[in-house]
Amino acid sequence: MASRNHKRLGPSRTGTTHFWHQRLTAIALIPLTLFLVGLLPNLAGATHREFVTLMHFPVTPIMLALLVGVGLWHMKLGLQTIIEDYIHGEGCKLALQITMTFGTVLLGVAGLIALVMLAAMPPA
Amino acid sequence: MADVRNRPLSPHLQVYRPQITTVLSITHRATGIVLSLGCVFLVLWLLAAAAGPRTFEIAQDCAGSALGYVFLFVFSVALFYHLLNGIRHLFWDMGHGFEMETATRTGWAVVVGAVVLTAIAWILGLQIVGGM
Repeated sequence: MASRNHKRLGPSRTGTTHFWHQRLTAIALIPLTLFLVGLLPNLAGATHREFVTLMHFPVTPIMLALLVGVGLWHMKLGLQTIIEDYIHGEGCKLALQITMTFGTVLLGVAGLIALVMLAAMPPA
Repeated sequence: MADVRNRPLSPHLQVYRPQITTVLSITHRATGIVLSLGCVFLVLWLLAAAAGPRTFEIAQDCAGSALGYVFLFVFSVALFYHLLNGIRHLFWDMGHGFEMETATRTGWAVVVGAVVLTAIAWILGLQIVGGM
């Protein structure tokens, strides 16, 4: 009976995981977003050839892959909290959490595959 | 046993007078949502590049349009705000800066810092774009 009453009142044992992962990814995102800020002006108006050339320096695809992976993980944790706080209907909340999680994974896989394809493109 | 459905989920925002700390707190969430949208566009842009020169040209035309620049500007403001306020959060996590006076001061520092960093990024960024 006790366990039934405690259901849906929050996680036990893994309660700090969400908090900790949000902070870990936040710290990692400080240099990663600064890299993006430095990269974007160099890619504004760039041709495909210029972009591919830039992707042949290993640092570019590595940093972008980390940004996509860590950034989307951070995004997922943040959006999860926002949905938990503001969506009050249990069914709607669950549907949104599932859609949001699937969407995040889809974005992550698509972004990483795009980066691998770009890094593997022969120089034009 | 309290009814799970009726337990309070977050502070009742409407009954409070807006304060710098509360306004900045909700702005952190709002900018987080803007950045989520930015993540979607970033991945779409990478996919366009991976698909080849023709699709990348379309993506570059979109990004370089007036609407594209408006979004890039909003994205950059959101990024710098979320970055600086996120660092403010990390200091709170370590137990620093909870005094009302300090929290107000660091709050305004985040606002001013976000404006200054956005200005610097766009001035330097547009010089790089112009130089190419």
